[in-house]
Amino acid sequence: MRLLTVAFLLVLLAACGDAGKADEELLVSAAASLTDAFAEMETVFEAANPGVDVVLNFGASSTLREQILEGAPLDVFASANTSNMDQVVAAGDTVGEPQIFARNLLQIAVPAGNPAGVASLADFADEELLLGLCAQGVPCGDFAREVLAGAGVVPAVDTHEPDVRSLLTKVEAGELEAAITYVTDVASAADGVEGVHIPEEDNIVASYPIAVLAGAMNQGTAGAFIDFVLSDEGQTILADFGFASP
Amino acid sequence: MNGRRAAGRPPLVVVALGGLGLALFLLPLVGLLWRTNWSDLPALLASPVVTDALWLSVIASVSATVIALLLGVPLAWVLARVEFPGRRLVRGLVLLPLVLPPVVGGAALLFALGRRGLVGEPLYEATGLVLPFSTWGVVLATTFVAMPFLVITVEGALRNLDERFEGAAASLGASRWTVLRRVTLPMIAPSVMAGLVLTWARAFGEFGATITFAGNLQGRTQTLPLAVFVALESDRDVAVAISLVMVVVSLAVLVTLRERWWKVL
Repeated sequence: MRLLTVAFLLVLLAACGDAGKADEELLVSAAASLTDAFAEMETVFEAANPGVDVVLNFGASSTLREQILEGAPLDVFASANTSNMDQVVAAGDTVGEPQIFARNLLQIAVPAGNPAGVASLADFADEELLLGLCAQGVPCGDFAREVLAGAGVVPAVDTHEPDVRSLLTKVEAGELEAAITYVTDVASAADGVEGVHIPEEDNIVASYPIAVLAGAMNQGTAGAFIDFVLSDEGQTILADFGFASP
Repeated sequence: MNGRRAAGRPPLVVVALGGLGLALFLLPLVGLLWRTNWSDLPALLASPVVTDALWLSVIASVSATVIALLLGVPLAWVLARVEFPGRRLVRGLVLLPLVLPPVVGGAALLFALGRRGLVGEPLYEATGLVLPFSTWGVVLATTFVAMPFLVITVEGALRNLDERFEGAAASLGASRWTVLRRVTLPMIAPSVMAGLVLTWARAFGEFGATITFAGNLQGRTQTLPLAVFVALESDRDVAVAISLVMVVVSLAVLVTLRERWWKVL
């Protein structure tokens, strides 16, 4: 019994210790395609706001949406498309209007050297190629299907990945011969991945909205983070990672 | 086991803690039932996404269990009965998939057996066989994750086996192979069965290694757990329906088999 008590106290202590590191935690749920850009945002924002600990939660926007709708205690939501944000707004889980903070385009991602010689969207109809898309409901998946449909291509897909980063990983590993991701993902993947251009008339502009959530512990800090993302400094960071300004 | 009963009433603390433990298991199930769209359930269960995934899950989990039987029992026997340097290390390696996050297992499989993998690339060049994004890939990933359950159960049984029975058979002139076949295997059969059930159960619920190594495509690599994961974000009613299928199938198998073979555990 004494051992149990000690264990219980240790758990309590650990919990307090964690919370004691910063005065305030800001929980930001962001689309997987924002992984690198928002990691940089975190560093800069924390340096400017000592006492605030930004905690990032990345995933497919659809996954994040579900977490918010199920009542996860989050402060800020940055989505890769408007439809996931709209559902959160409709559920009354946001404070104020969401604001568009970045735009992105789609690109075909192929392994370095483009071994399969993928040249255009039409290649996605090739049964012989190993092709991947994001799953339906995930923004990059919905955008990719829209772009393919617009180009009149019925894709022969081999895998529907749960988010854009896991899709990119499979391209980088050379397992997939082509996938449709964002321009920014190809840029961030550096050496392992190359991009094949999708002509402007076929492409789609993805708009990224951000909003304070109704469950935010400190709406002031959450608002300050969004202001920072929209500021020149925040926009420069996003531009560094290949995003276009709103 | 039956008929042995301690004197007096069960201690209240133990019963209360046990009840709390049970509630921890049951509450999520209740949540699932609460969210179920009962009126549409038959239609949801008949949808191709669900039937394809169920079929694939059954194929993959049973195949993984059969492979585990063919390879895992010999491995357990070697680990229990053959002295060799580094045996403890090998034992640890065999159990690694139990501890490792399945996603890590899936990525490791990709590096080894992917189209660009260490073994996968020569394999692809020689035979044209691509394991990722194929049903074979699903079977491989689930076997990797689930087989340790069989090995650990059977090896434990072999180590606890009274070797005098085997010694007696050998002294009567039975060859080592005959001893294994006629004495050892029948004696550990209940443990093998229990191990197989555990292996199947783990294989049936496998998610991380499968989606990482084999990807996610309906009818080819999308097992029930993957279908749930994807459906949670697009159609929650479908996700709940698939979850119910998993609960019912797993429960049916575990309860039925427990009556027969589980007692050894």
